[in-house]
Amino acid sequence: MSVSTSVVSINGLSKVFGKGGVTALQGIDLEVERGEFVSLIGPSGCGKSTLLRIVGDIIAPTEGEVAVNGKPARKARLDRDYGIVFQAPVLYDWRTVAKNIALPLEMLGWNRAKRAARVRDMVELVELGGFEKHHPWQLSGGMQQRVSIARALSFSPALLLMDEPFGALDEMTRERLNLELLRIWAETGSTVIFVTHSISEAVFLSTRVVVMSPRPGRVASIVPVDLPQPRTAATREQPRFFELVTRVRESLHAVGADEVEETLATEDELA
Amino acid sequence: MSTVEPTPTATQRLGEQIRYWLPAVVVFGLGLAAWEWLLPDVLGVEEFLLPRFSDVVQALVEERDELLRGAWITFKEAFGGFVLGSGVAIAAALVLARWRPFGNALMPYMIAANAIPIIAFAPITNAWFGLLSPWSKVTIAAVLCFFPVLVNTLRGLTSVDPESVELMRSYAASERDVFRRVRIPSSLPYVFSALKVASVLAMIGAVVGDYFGGSLEALGIVVLSAVNLSRYSTSWAAILVASIMGIAFYGAVALVERYALRWHPSVQRRT
Repeated sequence: MSVSTSVVSINGLSKVFGKGGVTALQGIDLEVERGEFVSLIGPSGCGKSTLLRIVGDIIAPTEGEVAVNGKPARKARLDRDYGIVFQAPVLYDWRTVAKNIALPLEMLGWNRAKRAARVRDMVELVELGGFEKHHPWQLSGGMQQRVSIARALSFSPALLLMDEPFGALDEMTRERLNLELLRIWAETGSTVIFVTHSISEAVFLSTRVVVMSPRPGRVASIVPVDLPQPRTAATREQPRFFELVTRVRESLHAVGADEVEETLATEDELA
Repeated sequence: MSTVEPTPTATQRLGEQIRYWLPAVVVFGLGLAAWEWLLPDVLGVEEFLLPRFSDVVQALVEERDELLRGAWITFKEAFGGFVLGSGVAIAAALVLARWRPFGNALMPYMIAANAIPIIAFAPITNAWFGLLSPWSKVTIAAVLCFFPVLVNTLRGLTSVDPESVELMRSYAASERDVFRRVRIPSSLPYVFSALKVASVLAMIGAVVGDYFGGSLEALGIVVLSAVNLSRYSTSWAAILVASIMGIAFYGAVALVERYALRWHPSVQRRT
């Protein structure tokens, strides 16, 4: 195992909630290389969000180890090695768009001029020019999520952890933000771990799709995505795209039978 | 997308304001008319029950020096109690929110204490501080303010969306940073609604406290002694002054609230 090239290295990870309670994750091994875009997909209860939170040291694993940039997850968090984006944008209402984006920079002790310059770049990156002085609740859901992404990227973390960031958005906005995210990923050269329950989104965005099985959550299979980069709206119409979508769907069927597909369908409707 | 509404002209806005306030102004006028004519002339309400409005206004003008002196004394008591009680309550809430087990241990008693009719202690505080000391009334006002401010502030500080805190953790934020940048700003709407209640309670505490001792010129004493001398118009004038003072105090706190919460959707949408 070469830790040096891995941004994230997960070994024998398990998570049990409560004393002798629910096993959320069992025996997870996963390596994520620098510059990869890895999606975690699976039905509800497969522990994909839990896995992401363990990588981010928001919750602690019961067993096993997580190394981020060769360091324990806790050390990586204290070194601010990753930016995180949740399904809800989690913006602070009392801060303007610009000040929300600048929040991690304030925590890093950047001076005002340096912060302002970076905020300008970030606003440009997520195409929110003219909205710097708006408050979060004055923006649409898609714009709020873009602010959240800009904030996560503002301090150039090596790793971006995204927990269903577009789950609450409509299909049109979602597809547009997918493209925007890929552009940002290419421009910044960051590594992304992306949790989703949309098969097409996972295939479209990722270099690898990790299919997880539920109760207890395990890695069922890993589907490498060899669609050419950069991906565009036309990528979604390529035969290879459909083949890969089918492959991921079949893997999901294999792990949780038809119940999975139904769960996914209802979740998509709810989203 | 941000909503762009056509800006109304100044005259349109004035017309809107008039239409909005007109019913309230009409009710006010009808109320005064009923007080002046309906009650004494039609229903035969005696002067010692409720003097005519014009008599009260006359007393207000004639006794203005006495009333203003009393109002100033009572206001100082109320304001001192408000500042003291609310200040200590906010400090206590910060401590209890920071060390939760401590807070959880004390909270049931705080809520129970909130239900105690504190005004019942008024005669006792005279024994503590001496019959003529303003501190007995400041104390009553302060204790009245303390519990609602404490309970509300604590609720505001602790009912923060967990993801907001997780996000701060991902920036390796200290507990101090979480308070400064998340808990305190998001508690402000709770704090201000408590402060508005406290401003009213402080006035009640000070005026009722006057009945039991302290300066002989205080507003509560004016009400009491005027009744004893059958100068009912003067009593009512003093009550009117106390009412106006209470409303002004509440309004002042509401103004500070509007400034402090100028980022808040409820404030911005109102304008």
